[in-house]
Amino acid sequence: MQHPQRNLSPASSPTPRSPAQEVPSTRYSKDSTPVIELRQVTKRFLTPGGQTYTALRDLSLSVAPGEFCALIGPTGCGKSTTLSLIAGLDTPSAGSVLVMGEEVHGNDPRIGYVFQTDAVFPWKNVLHNVAAGPLFRGVPRREALERARSWIARVGLAGFEDRYPHQLSGGMRKRVALAQTFINEPQILLMDEPFSALDVQTRTLMENELLQLWSALSASVVFVTHDLEEAIALADRVCVLTAGPATVKGIYTIDLPRPRNVAEIRFDPRFVQLYHDIWEDLRDEVMISYERAKHSS
Amino acid sequence: MSEPNTLLERQQSIAHPMAETDSAALAALVRRRRRRRWLINALRLLLLVALIGGWELGARLGLIDSFFWGRPSGIWQQLVTWVLHGTAQGPLWVQIAMTLEEALLGFLIGVVLGISFGVLLGRNAFLAELLGPYIKAANSIPRVTLAPLFAIGLGLGSQSKVALAVVLVFFIVFFNAFQGVREVDRNLLANARILGANRWQLFREVILPSALTWIIASLHTSFSFALVGAVVGEFVGSIEGIGLLIQNAGATFNANGVFAAMLILAAVALLSEIVITALERRLLRWRPTALSEVTL
Ligand SMILES: Nc1ncnc2c1ncn2[C@@H]1O[C@H](COP(=O)(O)OP(=O)(O)OP(=O)(O)O)[C@@H](O)[C@H]1O
Ligand SMILES: [Mg+2]
Repeated sequence: MQHPQRNLSPASSPTPRSPAQEVPSTRYSKDSTPVIELRQVTKRFLTPGGQTYTALRDLSLSVAPGEFCALIGPTGCGKSTTLSLIAGLDTPSAGSVLVMGEEVHGNDPRIGYVFQTDAVFPWKNVLHNVAAGPLFRGVPRREALERARSWIARVGLAGFEDRYPHQLSGGMRKRVALAQTFINEPQILLMDEPFSALDVQTRTLMENELLQLWSALSASVVFVTHDLEEAIALADRVCVLTAGPATVKGIYTIDLPRPRNVAEIRFDPRFVQLYHDIWEDLRDEVMISYERAKHSS
Repeated sequence: MSEPNTLLERQQSIAHPMAETDSAALAALVRRRRRRRWLINALRLLLLVALIGGWELGARLGLIDSFFWGRPSGIWQQLVTWVLHGTAQGPLWVQIAMTLEEALLGFLIGVVLGISFGVLLGRNAFLAELLGPYIKAANSIPRVTLAPLFAIGLGLGSQSKVALAVVLVFFIVFFNAFQGVREVDRNLLANARILGANRWQLFREVILPSALTWIIASLHTSFSFALVGAVVGEFVGSIEGIGLLIQNAGATFNANGVFAAMLILAAVALLSEIVITALERRLLRWRPTALSEVTL
Protein backbone atom coordinates (compact mmCIF):
# COMPACT_ATOMS: atom_id res chain seq x y z
CA MET A 1 0.00 0.00 0.00
CA GLN A 2 1.67 3.16 -1.18
CA HIS A 3 0.73 6.57 -0.10
CA PRO A 4 2.10 9.68 -1.76
CA GLN A 5 2.24 11.75 1.42
CA ARG A 6 4.05 9.15 3.40
CA ASN A 7 7.52 10.46 2.84
CA LEU A 8 6.56 14.09 3.10
CA SER A 9 5.37 13.88 6.64
CA PRO A 10 6.35 10.93 8.76
CA ALA A 11 4.27 10.86 11.88
CA SER A 12 6.88 11.63 14.46
CA SER A 13 8.85 14.34 12.71
CA PRO A 14 6.58 17.37 13.33
CA THR A 15 6.92 16.95 17.07
CA PRO A 16 10.41 17.89 18.06
CA ARG A 17 9.65 17.57 21.73
CA SER A 18 8.88 13.88 21.70
CA PRO A 19 11.98 11.99 22.70
CA ALA A 20 13.46 9.80 20.02
CA GLN A 21 12.97 6.59 21.86
CA GLU A 22 11.29 4.73 19.06
CA VAL A 23 13.01 1.53 18.23
CA PRO A 24 11.54 -0.44 15.33
CA SER A 25 9.57 -3.27 16.78
CA THR A 26 9.65 -6.75 15.41
CA ARG A 27 5.91 -7.26 15.37
CA TYR A 28 4.92 -4.62 12.86
CA SER A 29 6.70 -2.99 9.99
CA LYS A 30 7.47 0.68 10.31
CA ASP A 31 7.54 1.52 6.64
CA SER A 32 3.94 0.80 5.70
CA THR A 33 1.31 3.55 5.89
CA PRO A 34 0.27 4.21 9.47
CA VAL A 35 -3.18 2.85 10.22
CA ILE A 36 -3.98 5.88 12.32
CA GLU A 37 -2.30 9.21 11.98
CA LEU A 38 -3.03 12.40 13.86
CA ARG A 39 -1.29 15.44 12.46
CA GLN A 40 -1.05 18.53 14.64
CA VAL A 41 -4.56 17.98 15.88
CA THR A 42 -6.19 20.68 17.96
CA LYS A 43 -9.65 20.31 19.44
CA ARG A 44 -11.54 23.14 21.09
CA PHE A 45 -14.89 22.91 22.82
CA LEU A 46 -17.39 25.62 23.44
CA THR A 47 -18.08 25.73 27.16
CA PRO A 48 -21.57 26.54 28.43
CA GLY A 49 -20.16 29.91 29.55
CA GLY A 50 -19.48 30.82 25.91
CA GLN A 51 -15.70 30.47 26.09
CA THR A 52 -13.57 27.97 24.25
CA TYR A 53 -11.73 25.22 26.02
CA THR A 54 -8.76 23.62 24.29
CA ALA A 55 -8.76 19.90 24.98
CA LEU A 56 -6.04 18.88 22.50
CA ARG A 57 -3.24 21.07 21.19
CA ASP A 58 -0.97 20.11 18.29
CA LEU A 59 -1.26 16.44 19.06
CA SER A 60 0.61 14.22 16.62
CA LEU A 61 0.56 10.50 16.86
CA SER A 62 0.71 7.56 14.53
CA VAL A 63 -0.14 3.92 14.98
CA ALA A 64 1.38 1.28 12.70
CA PRO A 65 -0.55 -1.70 11.33
CA GLY A 66 -0.93 -4.33 14.01
CA GLU A 67 0.48 -2.11 16.70
CA PHE A 68 -0.84 -1.99 20.23
CA CYS A 69 -0.57 1.59 21.41
CA ALA A 70 -1.48 2.68 24.93
CA LEU A 71 -2.48 6.26 25.69
CA ILE A 72 -1.92 7.35 29.21
CA GLY A 73 -2.37 10.70 30.88
CA PRO A 74 -3.96 12.43 33.84
CA THR A 75 -7.73 12.52 34.14
CA GLY A 76 -9.50 15.05 31.95
CA CYS A 77 -6.49 15.57 29.70
CA GLY A 78 -8.24 14.61 26.45
CA LYS A 79 -7.81 10.87 25.95
CA SER A 80 -11.46 10.14 25.22
CA THR A 81 -11.57 13.17 22.95
CA THR A 82 -8.68 11.75 20.95
CA LEU A 83 -10.48 8.44 20.48
CA SER A 84 -13.71 10.10 19.39
CA LEU A 85 -11.78 12.02 16.74
CA ILE A 86 -10.26 8.81 15.39
CA ALA A 87 -13.69 7.15 15.43
CA GLY A 88 -15.17 10.01 13.43
CA LEU A 89 -17.68 10.90 16.13
CA ASP A 90 -16.22 14.39 16.31
CA THR A 91 -14.11 16.55 14.04
CA PRO A 92 -10.84 18.30 14.89
CA SER A 93 -10.78 22.12 15.11
CA ALA A 94 -7.40 22.13 13.36
CA GLY A 95 -5.05 19.54 11.93
CA SER A 96 -6.07 16.28 10.39
CA VAL A 97 -6.94 12.77 11.44
CA LEU A 98 -6.17 10.01 8.96
CA VAL A 99 -7.30 6.41 9.11
CA MET A 100 -5.69 4.01 6.65
CA GLY A 101 -4.22 7.01 4.89
CA GLU A 102 -7.52 8.78 4.36
CA GLU A 103 -9.03 11.73 6.13
CA VAL A 104 -11.72 10.60 8.56
CA HIS A 105 -15.26 11.63 7.86
CA GLY A 106 -18.19 9.83 9.39
CA ASN A 107 -18.01 6.30 10.68
CA ASP A 108 -15.63 3.73 9.39
CA PRO A 109 -16.84 0.12 9.52
CA ARG A 110 -13.29 -1.06 10.15
CA ILE A 111 -13.25 0.66 13.53
CA GLY A 112 -14.46 -0.85 16.78
CA TYR A 113 -14.86 1.33 19.86
CA VAL A 114 -15.31 0.21 23.44
CA PHE A 115 -16.67 3.27 25.24
CA GLN A 116 -15.59 4.49 28.63
CA THR A 117 -19.15 4.66 29.92
CA ASP A 118 -21.77 1.96 29.67
CA ALA A 119 -23.08 1.85 26.11
CA VAL A 120 -24.87 -1.47 25.87
CA PHE A 121 -28.51 -1.17 24.82
CA PRO A 122 -30.68 -1.53 27.93
CA TRP A 123 -33.66 -2.80 25.92
CA LYS A 124 -31.76 -5.65 24.30
CA ASN A 125 -30.81 -8.81 26.11
CA VAL A 126 -27.20 -10.00 26.13
CA LEU A 127 -27.61 -12.09 23.00
CA HIS A 128 -29.12 -9.29 20.96
CA ASN A 129 -26.69 -6.74 22.31
CA VAL A 130 -23.78 -8.82 21.12
CA ALA A 131 -25.46 -9.67 17.81
CA ALA A 132 -26.31 -6.00 17.18
CA GLY A 133 -23.25 -5.24 15.05
CA PRO A 134 -23.60 -8.13 12.57
CA LEU A 135 -27.38 -7.55 12.39
CA PHE A 136 -26.86 -3.86 11.63
CA ARG A 137 -24.39 -4.85 8.95
CA GLY A 138 -26.78 -7.23 7.25
CA VAL A 139 -25.44 -10.60 8.37
CA PRO A 140 -28.27 -13.19 8.22
CA ARG A 141 -30.06 -13.46 11.54
CA ARG A 142 -29.18 -17.09 12.25
CA GLU A 143 -25.53 -16.59 11.56
CA ALA A 144 -25.40 -13.40 13.59
CA LEU A 145 -26.98 -15.08 16.61
CA GLU A 146 -24.70 -18.08 16.20
CA ARG A 147 -21.63 -15.88 16.24
CA ALA A 148 -23.02 -13.88 19.16
CA ARG A 149 -23.42 -17.07 21.20
CA SER A 150 -19.84 -18.09 20.65
CA TRP A 151 -18.59 -14.62 21.59
CA ILE A 152 -20.73 -14.60 24.72
CA ALA A 153 -19.07 -17.86 25.70
CA ARG A 154 -15.64 -16.40 25.02
CA VAL A 155 -16.16 -13.51 27.41
CA GLY A 156 -17.45 -15.92 30.03
CA LEU A 157 -21.14 -15.05 29.92
CA ALA A 158 -22.59 -18.33 28.62
CA GLY A 159 -25.95 -18.90 30.31
CA PHE A 160 -26.67 -15.20 30.55
CA GLU A 161 -27.91 -14.75 26.97
CA ASP A 162 -31.45 -13.88 28.04
CA ARG A 163 -30.54 -11.34 30.70
CA TYR A 164 -31.11 -7.66 30.23
CA PRO A 165 -28.24 -5.29 31.09
CA HIS A 166 -29.86 -4.13 34.34
CA GLN A 167 -29.75 -7.72 35.52
CA LEU A 168 -25.97 -7.91 35.10
CA SER A 169 -23.13 -6.63 37.24
CA GLY A 170 -21.00 -3.74 36.03
CA GLY A 171 -18.17 -6.05 35.06
CA MET A 172 -20.52 -8.34 33.15
CA ARG A 173 -21.93 -5.37 31.24
CA LYS A 174 -18.40 -4.40 30.31
CA ARG A 175 -17.79 -7.88 28.95
CA VAL A 176 -20.97 -7.61 26.90
CA ALA A 177 -19.57 -4.38 25.47
CA LEU A 178 -16.29 -6.12 24.62
CA ALA A 179 -18.05 -9.01 22.85
CA GLN A 180 -20.26 -6.50 21.06
CA THR A 181 -17.17 -4.79 19.65
CA PHE A 182 -15.04 -7.86 18.94
CA ILE A 183 -17.77 -9.67 17.03
CA ASN A 184 -17.38 -7.13 14.21
CA GLU A 185 -13.71 -8.15 13.92
CA PRO A 186 -12.49 -4.57 13.61
CA GLN A 187 -9.14 -3.81 12.07
CA ILE A 188 -8.80 -0.85 14.36
CA LEU A 189 -9.75 -1.22 17.97
CA LEU A 190 -10.27 1.84 20.15
CA MET A 191 -10.65 1.04 23.81
CA ASP A 192 -11.36 3.62 26.47
CA GLU A 193 -10.46 2.28 29.91
CA PRO A 194 -12.28 -0.95 29.12
CA PHE A 195 -11.20 -2.82 32.21
CA SER A 196 -11.33 -0.16 34.91
CA ALA A 197 -14.71 -1.42 36.15
CA LEU A 198 -13.50 -4.98 36.58
CA ASP A 199 -12.10 -6.67 39.65
CA VAL A 200 -8.42 -7.52 39.56
CA GLN A 201 -8.80 -11.21 38.69
CA THR A 202 -11.31 -10.73 35.90
CA ARG A 203 -9.25 -7.86 34.68
CA THR A 204 -6.13 -9.98 34.32
CA LEU A 205 -8.14 -12.66 32.54
CA MET A 206 -9.62 -10.14 30.16
CA GLU A 207 -6.23 -8.55 29.51
CA ASN A 208 -4.78 -11.89 28.52
CA GLU A 209 -7.85 -12.62 26.44
CA LEU A 210 -7.48 -9.24 24.75
CA LEU A 211 -3.87 -9.96 23.82
CA GLN A 212 -4.93 -13.24 22.27
CA LEU A 213 -7.77 -11.66 20.34
CA TRP A 214 -5.51 -8.89 19.21
CA SER A 215 -2.94 -11.26 17.78
CA ALA A 216 -5.68 -13.36 16.17
CA LEU A 217 -7.38 -10.34 14.56
CA SER A 218 -4.06 -8.64 13.81
CA ALA A 219 -5.81 -5.39 14.63
CA SER A 220 -4.25 -2.08 15.54
CA VAL A 221 -5.24 -1.02 19.02
CA VAL A 222 -5.39 2.33 20.75
CA PHE A 223 -5.90 1.58 24.40
CA VAL A 224 -6.65 4.37 26.86
CA THR A 225 -5.91 3.73 30.48
CA HIS A 226 -5.10 5.43 33.77
CA ASP A 227 -3.09 2.48 34.84
CA LEU A 228 0.58 2.54 33.88
CA GLU A 229 1.11 -1.11 34.78
CA GLU A 230 -1.68 -2.13 32.46
CA ALA A 231 -0.32 0.07 29.70
CA ILE A 232 3.15 -1.46 29.88
CA ALA A 233 1.90 -5.02 30.23
CA LEU A 234 -0.24 -4.78 27.11
CA ALA A 235 1.27 -2.32 24.70
CA ASP A 236 4.00 -2.10 22.09
CA ARG A 237 4.23 1.59 22.71
CA VAL A 238 3.08 3.78 25.55
CA CYS A 239 2.23 7.34 24.72
CA VAL A 240 2.20 9.77 27.65
CA LEU A 241 -0.04 12.80 27.22
CA THR A 242 0.35 16.10 29.03
CA ALA A 243 -2.25 17.49 31.40
CA GLY A 244 -4.91 19.27 29.32
CA PRO A 245 -4.59 20.59 26.67
CA ALA A 246 -3.17 17.26 25.69
CA THR A 247 -0.16 16.87 23.51
CA VAL A 248 2.35 14.04 23.33
CA LYS A 249 4.86 14.28 26.15
CA GLY A 250 6.77 11.12 25.45
CA ILE A 251 6.54 7.89 23.54
CA TYR A 252 8.08 4.75 24.97
CA THR A 253 8.65 1.54 23.11
CA ILE A 254 7.92 -1.47 25.27
CA ASP A 255 10.45 -4.07 24.24
CA LEU A 256 9.11 -6.86 26.43
CA PRO A 257 8.88 -10.22 24.67
CA ARG A 258 5.60 -11.61 23.38
CA PRO A 259 3.50 -13.59 23.94
CA ARG A 260 3.14 -12.01 27.34
CA ASN A 261 1.41 -13.21 30.43
CA VAL A 262 -0.06 -10.10 31.96
CA ALA A 263 -0.06 -11.49 35.48
CA GLU A 264 3.59 -12.48 35.45
CA ILE A 265 5.25 -9.84 33.35
CA ARG A 266 4.89 -7.30 36.14
CA PHE A 267 7.77 -9.01 37.95
CA ASP A 268 10.12 -8.80 34.98
CA PRO A 269 13.09 -6.50 35.78
CA ARG A 270 12.73 -4.79 32.40
CA PHE A 271 9.09 -4.08 33.23
CA VAL A 272 10.11 -2.43 36.50
CA GLN A 273 12.69 -0.35 34.68
CA LEU A 274 10.20 0.84 32.08
CA TYR A 275 7.66 1.60 34.76
CA HIS A 276 10.18 3.72 36.56
CA ASP A 277 11.14 5.67 33.42
CA ILE A 278 7.61 6.36 32.27
CA TRP A 279 6.39 7.22 35.73
CA GLU A 280 9.01 10.00 35.93
CA ASP A 281 7.31 11.58 32.91
CA LEU A 282 3.76 10.88 33.93
CA ARG A 283 4.12 12.03 37.53
CA ASP A 284 4.72 15.67 36.60
CA GLU A 285 1.58 15.75 34.48
CA VAL A 286 -0.48 14.08 37.15
CA MET A 287 0.75 16.66 39.65
CA ILE A 288 -0.11 19.55 37.31
CA SER A 289 -3.56 18.14 36.80
CA TYR A 290 -4.00 17.64 40.53
CA GLU A 291 -2.85 21.16 41.40
CA ARG A 292 -5.25 22.60 38.85
CA ALA A 293 -8.16 20.64 40.22
CA LYS A 294 -7.31 21.85 43.72
CA HIS A 295 -7.13 25.48 42.65
CA SER A 296 -10.33 25.49 40.69
CA SER A 297 -12.37 24.02 43.55
CA MET B 1 -14.97 -24.28 20.30
CA SER B 2 -11.78 -22.36 20.81
CA GLU B 3 -9.45 -23.46 23.56
CA PRO B 4 -7.86 -20.41 25.17
CA ASN B 5 -10.77 -19.61 27.45
CA THR B 6 -10.47 -22.37 30.00
CA LEU B 7 -9.82 -19.92 32.82
CA LEU B 8 -12.89 -17.92 31.94
CA GLU B 9 -14.96 -21.05 31.75
CA ARG B 10 -13.79 -22.17 35.12
CA GLN B 11 -14.68 -18.80 36.52
CA GLN B 12 -18.07 -19.13 34.99
CA SER B 13 -18.88 -22.33 36.81
CA ILE B 14 -18.96 -20.33 40.04
CA ALA B 15 -21.14 -17.71 38.44
CA HIS B 16 -24.42 -19.49 39.17
CA PRO B 17 -24.99 -19.13 42.88
CA MET B 18 -28.75 -18.95 42.45
CA ALA B 19 -28.89 -22.64 41.54
CA GLU B 20 -28.58 -23.47 45.24
CA THR B 21 -31.16 -21.04 46.57
CA ASP B 22 -32.45 -21.97 49.97
CA SER B 23 -35.91 -23.26 49.12
CA ALA B 24 -37.26 -22.93 52.67
CA ALA B 25 -36.37 -19.24 52.84
CA LEU B 26 -37.90 -18.73 49.44
CA ALA B 27 -41.13 -20.44 50.48
CA ALA B 28 -41.34 -18.25 53.58
CA LEU B 29 -40.84 -15.15 51.46
CA VAL B 30 -43.58 -16.21 49.06
CA ARG B 31 -45.90 -16.95 51.97
CA ARG B 32 -45.28 -13.59 53.58
CA ARG B 33 -45.87 -11.80 50.33
CA ARG B 34 -49.11 -13.69 49.70
CA ARG B 35 -50.40 -12.90 53.18
CA ARG B 36 -49.68 -9.22 52.68
CA ARG B 37 -51.48 -9.27 49.33
CA TRP B 38 -54.51 -10.85 50.96
CA LEU B 39 -54.56 -8.33 53.81
CA ILE B 40 -54.41 -5.40 51.42
CA ASN B 41 -57.24 -6.78 49.29
CA ALA B 42 -59.41 -7.41 52.34
CA LEU B 43 -58.81 -3.87 53.64
CA ARG B 44 -59.58 -2.40 50.23
CA LEU B 45 -62.91 -4.22 50.13
CA LEU B 46 -63.69 -3.07 53.65
CA LEU B 47 -63.00 0.53 52.68
CA LEU B 48 -65.32 0.27 49.70
CA VAL B 49 -68.11 -1.28 51.76
CA ALA B 50 -67.73 1.41 54.43
CA LEU B 51 -67.87 4.17 51.85
CA ILE B 52 -70.89 2.89 49.98
CA GLY B 53 -72.63 1.77 53.18
CA GLY B 54 -72.06 5.19 54.75
CA TRP B 55 -73.46 6.93 51.72
CA GLU B 56 -76.54 4.69 51.62
CA LEU B 57 -77.09 5.05 55.36
CA GLY B 58 -76.64 8.81 55.21
CA ALA B 59 -79.20 9.01 52.42
CA ARG B 60 -81.72 6.84 54.29
CA LEU B 61 -81.32 8.81 57.51
CA GLY B 62 -81.81 12.05 55.58
CA LEU B 63 -78.28 13.36 56.31
CA ILE B 64 -77.58 13.36 52.57
CA ASP B 65 -80.26 14.66 50.25
CA SER B 66 -80.58 11.82 47.77
CA PHE B 67 -82.52 14.01 45.33
CA PHE B 68 -79.36 16.02 44.67
CA TRP B 69 -76.64 13.53 45.55
CA GLY B 70 -78.24 10.20 44.67
CA ARG B 71 -77.78 6.99 46.65
CA PRO B 72 -76.05 3.67 45.92
CA SER B 73 -79.22 1.59 45.77
CA GLY B 74 -80.76 4.10 43.37
CA ILE B 75 -77.69 4.04 41.17
CA TRP B 76 -77.77 0.27 41.13
CA GLN B 77 -81.46 0.31 40.18
CA GLN B 78 -80.76 2.77 37.39
CA LEU B 79 -78.02 0.50 36.04
CA VAL B 80 -80.30 -2.52 36.16
CA THR B 81 -83.05 -0.63 34.36
CA TRP B 82 -80.64 0.51 31.66
CA VAL B 83 -79.27 -2.96 31.16
CA LEU B 84 -82.66 -4.68 31.11
CA HIS B 85 -84.86 -2.12 29.40
CA GLY B 86 -82.41 0.14 27.63
CA THR B 87 -82.12 3.91 27.94
CA ALA B 88 -84.39 6.61 26.57
CA GLN B 89 -82.00 6.94 23.61
CA GLY B 90 -81.88 3.23 22.84
CA PRO B 91 -80.06 0.14 24.17
CA LEU B 92 -77.28 0.80 26.72
CA TRP B 93 -74.60 -1.11 24.83
CA VAL B 94 -75.15 1.07 21.76
CA GLN B 95 -74.40 4.15 23.87
CA ILE B 96 -71.26 2.55 25.31
CA ALA B 97 -70.11 1.34 21.90
CA MET B 98 -70.63 4.80 20.45
CA THR B 99 -68.58 6.63 23.07
CA LEU B 100 -65.92 3.94 23.10
CA GLU B 101 -65.60 4.07 19.33
CA GLU B 102 -65.15 7.83 19.34
CA ALA B 103 -62.64 7.71 22.16
CA LEU B 104 -60.67 4.84 20.64
CA LEU B 105 -60.52 6.41 17.21
CA GLY B 106 -59.49 9.78 18.66
CA PHE B 107 -56.92 8.05 20.83
CA LEU B 108 -55.33 6.12 17.95
CA ILE B 109 -55.19 9.10 15.60
CA GLY B 110 -53.90 11.34 18.38
CA VAL B 111 -51.20 8.85 19.38
CA VAL B 112 -49.99 8.31 15.82
CA LEU B 113 -49.91 12.03 15.09
CA GLY B 114 -48.33 12.81 18.46
CA ILE B 115 -45.54 10.27 18.03
CA SER B 116 -44.89 11.29 14.41
CA PHE B 117 -44.60 14.99 15.16
CA GLY B 118 -42.78 14.39 18.43
CA VAL B 119 -40.13 12.28 16.73
CA LEU B 120 -39.87 14.65 13.77
CA LEU B 121 -39.30 17.70 15.94
CA GLY B 122 -37.19 15.79 18.44
CA ARG B 123 -34.77 14.79 15.69
CA ASN B 124 -34.82 18.09 13.85
CA ALA B 125 -33.50 20.92 15.99
CA PHE B 126 -34.24 23.49 13.29
CA LEU B 127 -37.92 22.60 13.02
CA ALA B 128 -38.19 22.37 16.79
CA GLU B 129 -36.83 25.87 17.23
CA LEU B 130 -38.97 27.22 14.42
CA LEU B 131 -42.28 25.75 15.61
CA GLY B 132 -41.57 25.76 19.35
CA PRO B 133 -43.41 28.98 20.30
CA TYR B 134 -46.48 28.09 18.26
CA ILE B 135 -46.74 24.65 19.79
CA LYS B 136 -46.39 26.10 23.28
CA ALA B 137 -49.08 28.67 22.48
CA ALA B 138 -51.41 26.01 21.10
CA ASN B 139 -50.79 23.91 24.17
CA SER B 140 -51.75 26.73 26.53
CA ILE B 141 -55.25 27.03 25.03
CA PRO B 142 -57.78 25.11 27.16
CA ARG B 143 -58.62 22.71 24.39
CA VAL B 144 -62.04 21.49 25.56
CA THR B 145 -63.28 24.93 24.51
CA LEU B 146 -62.85 23.75 20.94
CA ALA B 147 -65.86 21.44 21.38
CA PRO B 148 -68.50 23.93 20.15
CA LEU B 149 -66.27 24.81 17.22
CA PHE B 150 -66.00 21.18 16.17
CA ALA B 151 -69.76 20.73 16.63
CA ILE B 152 -70.36 23.63 14.25
CA GLY B 153 -67.77 22.55 11.75
CA LEU B 154 -68.16 18.78 11.81
CA GLY B 155 -71.77 18.35 12.81
CA LEU B 156 -73.48 16.33 15.53
CA GLY B 157 -72.13 12.99 14.32
CA SER B 158 -69.12 11.21 15.78
CA GLN B 159 -66.57 13.21 13.78
CA SER B 160 -66.69 16.24 16.05
CA LYS B 161 -66.10 14.04 19.14
CA VAL B 162 -63.23 12.18 17.51
CA ALA B 163 -61.67 15.51 16.56
CA LEU B 164 -61.86 16.77 20.14
CA ALA B 165 -60.35 13.53 21.45
CA VAL B 166 -57.54 13.76 18.88
CA VAL B 167 -56.67 17.29 19.94
CA LEU B 168 -56.62 16.36 23.61
CA VAL B 169 -54.51 13.25 23.08
CA PHE B 170 -52.14 14.75 20.54
CA PHE B 171 -50.47 17.29 22.79
CA ILE B 172 -49.84 14.88 25.64
CA VAL B 173 -48.28 12.25 23.40
CA PHE B 174 -46.45 14.84 21.33
CA PHE B 175 -44.65 16.44 24.28
CA ASN B 176 -43.69 13.06 25.70
CA ALA B 177 -42.42 11.71 22.40
CA PHE B 178 -40.48 14.92 21.81
CA GLN B 179 -38.87 14.78 25.23
CA GLY B 180 -38.21 11.06 24.89
CA VAL B 181 -36.38 11.53 21.60
CA ARG B 182 -34.40 14.43 23.02
CA GLU B 183 -33.30 12.39 26.01
CA VAL B 184 -31.78 9.53 24.03
CA ASP B 185 -28.36 8.74 25.44
CA ARG B 186 -25.72 10.16 23.11
CA ASN B 187 -23.42 7.33 24.03
CA LEU B 188 -25.91 4.75 22.83
CA LEU B 189 -26.34 6.61 19.55
CA ALA B 190 -22.58 6.76 19.06
CA ASN B 191 -22.22 3.08 19.92
CA ALA B 192 -24.94 2.04 17.47
CA ARG B 193 -23.37 4.13 14.75
CA ILE B 194 -19.95 2.58 15.35
CA LEU B 195 -21.47 -0.89 15.33
CA GLY B 196 -22.82 -0.15 11.87
CA ALA B 197 -26.40 1.08 12.24
CA ASN B 198 -27.81 3.15 9.38
CA ARG B 199 -30.30 5.97 9.94
CA TRP B 200 -33.35 3.75 9.92
CA GLN B 201 -31.77 1.18 12.23
CA LEU B 202 -30.69 3.98 14.53
CA PHE B 203 -34.29 5.14 14.72
CA ARG B 204 -35.85 1.71 15.13
CA GLU B 205 -33.34 0.16 17.49
CA VAL B 206 -32.17 3.08 19.59
CA ILE B 207 -34.31 6.20 19.38
CA LEU B 208 -37.72 4.53 19.41
CA PRO B 209 -37.07 2.05 22.25
CA SER B 210 -35.55 4.83 24.29
CA ALA B 211 -38.44 7.21 23.68
CA LEU B 212 -40.97 4.44 24.25
CA THR B 213 -40.58 4.76 28.00
CA TRP B 214 -41.85 8.31 27.79
CA ILE B 215 -44.48 7.61 25.16
CA ILE B 216 -46.05 4.72 27.04
CA ALA B 217 -46.14 6.73 30.24
CA SER B 218 -48.21 9.29 28.33
CA LEU B 219 -50.65 6.64 27.04
CA HIS B 220 -52.00 6.08 30.54
CA THR B 221 -53.30 9.61 30.84
CA SER B 222 -54.10 10.08 27.20
CA PHE B 223 -56.78 7.42 27.01
CA SER B 224 -58.65 9.11 29.86
CA PHE B 225 -58.34 12.34 27.90
CA ALA B 226 -59.73 10.64 24.80
CA LEU B 227 -62.76 9.60 26.86
CA VAL B 228 -63.13 13.15 28.18
CA GLY B 229 -62.99 14.42 24.60
CA ALA B 230 -65.70 12.03 23.45
CA VAL B 231 -67.99 12.72 26.42
CA VAL B 232 -67.59 16.50 26.34
CA GLY B 233 -68.23 16.41 22.60
CA GLU B 234 -71.44 14.54 23.32
CA PHE B 235 -72.44 17.08 25.97
CA VAL B 236 -72.23 19.82 23.42
CA GLY B 237 -74.44 18.13 20.89
CA SER B 238 -75.09 14.56 19.86
CA ILE B 239 -77.66 11.90 19.11
CA GLU B 240 -76.12 9.00 21.01
CA GLY B 241 -73.50 8.16 23.61
CA ILE B 242 -72.74 8.14 27.33
CA GLY B 243 -72.21 11.89 27.27
CA LEU B 244 -75.76 12.42 26.08
CA LEU B 245 -76.96 9.99 28.76
CA ILE B 246 -75.31 12.12 31.43
CA GLN B 247 -76.62 15.27 29.82
CA ASN B 248 -80.20 13.95 29.84
CA ALA B 249 -79.96 12.62 33.40
CA GLY B 250 -78.70 16.02 34.57
CA ALA B 251 -81.45 17.87 32.73
CA THR B 252 -84.14 15.71 34.37
CA PHE B 253 -82.62 16.01 37.89
CA ASN B 254 -81.77 12.31 37.87
CA ALA B 255 -78.68 12.28 40.12
CA ASN B 256 -78.63 8.49 40.16
CA GLY B 257 -78.50 8.46 36.36
CA VAL B 258 -75.49 10.80 36.35
CA PHE B 259 -73.67 8.55 38.81
CA ALA B 260 -74.61 5.39 36.94
CA ALA B 261 -73.25 6.77 33.66
CA MET B 262 -70.13 7.92 35.47
CA LEU B 263 -69.67 4.40 36.81
CA ILE B 264 -69.88 3.00 33.29
CA LEU B 265 -67.25 5.46 32.08
CA ALA B 266 -65.02 4.55 35.02
CA ALA B 267 -65.32 0.88 34.12
CA VAL B 268 -64.35 1.62 30.51
CA ALA B 269 -61.36 3.70 31.63
CA LEU B 270 -60.27 0.98 34.03
CA LEU B 271 -60.46 -1.62 31.29
CA SER B 272 -58.31 0.50 29.00
CA GLU B 273 -55.84 1.01 31.83
CA ILE B 274 -55.48 -2.75 32.16
CA VAL B 275 -54.83 -3.10 28.43
CA ILE B 276 -52.25 -0.30 28.42
CA THR B 277 -50.49 -1.68 31.48
CA ALA B 278 -50.26 -5.08 29.79
CA LEU B 279 -48.84 -3.38 26.71
CA GLU B 280 -46.35 -1.53 28.87
CA ARG B 281 -45.24 -4.73 30.59
CA ARG B 282 -44.65 -6.31 27.24
CA LEU B 283 -42.84 -3.44 25.55
CA LEU B 284 -40.78 -2.36 28.55
CA ARG B 285 -39.76 -5.79 29.77
CA TRP B 286 -36.17 -4.65 29.81
CA ARG B 287 -36.72 -2.04 32.47
CA PRO B 288 -35.81 -2.67 36.11
CA THR B 289 -39.34 -1.67 37.21
CA ALA B 290 -42.25 -0.84 34.97
CA LEU B 291 -43.72 2.61 35.53
CA SER B 292 -47.09 1.25 36.55
CA GLU B 293 -45.51 -0.61 39.45
CA VAL B 294 -44.06 2.56 40.92
CA THR B 295 -47.37 4.35 40.94
CA LEU B 296 -50.48 2.81 42.51
N1 LIG C 1 -18.49 18.24 24.72
C1 LIG C 1 -17.61 18.91 25.49
N2 LIG C 1 -17.81 20.21 25.77
C2 LIG C 1 -16.93 20.89 26.53
N3 LIG C 1 -15.83 20.35 27.08
C3 LIG C 1 -15.58 19.05 26.85
C4 LIG C 1 -16.46 18.26 26.05
N4 LIG C 1 -15.97 17.01 25.99
C5 LIG C 1 -14.84 17.01 26.73
N5 LIG C 1 -14.60 18.24 27.24
C6 LIG C 1 -13.46 18.63 28.05
O1 LIG C 1 -12.28 18.20 27.42
C7 LIG C 1 -11.37 17.68 28.36
C8 LIG C 1 -10.93 16.31 27.95
O2 LIG C 1 -12.01 15.40 28.09
P1 LIG C 1 -11.81 13.84 27.89
O3 LIG C 1 -13.12 13.20 28.10
O4 LIG C 1 -11.15 13.60 26.59
O5 LIG C 1 -10.83 13.48 29.07
P2 LIG C 1 -10.15 12.07 29.41
O6 LIG C 1 -8.70 12.23 29.21
O7 LIG C 1 -10.82 10.99 28.69
O8 LIG C 1 -10.42 11.97 30.97
P3 LIG C 1 -10.73 10.66 31.84
O9 LIG C 1 -9.45 9.94 31.98
O10 LIG C 1 -11.18 11.21 33.15
O11 LIG C 1 -11.76 9.88 31.13
C9 LIG C 1 -12.04 17.73 29.71
O12 LIG C 1 -11.50 18.80 30.44
C10 LIG C 1 -13.49 17.97 29.40
O13 LIG C 1 -14.02 18.83 30.37
MG1 LIG D 1 -12.08 9.50 29.17
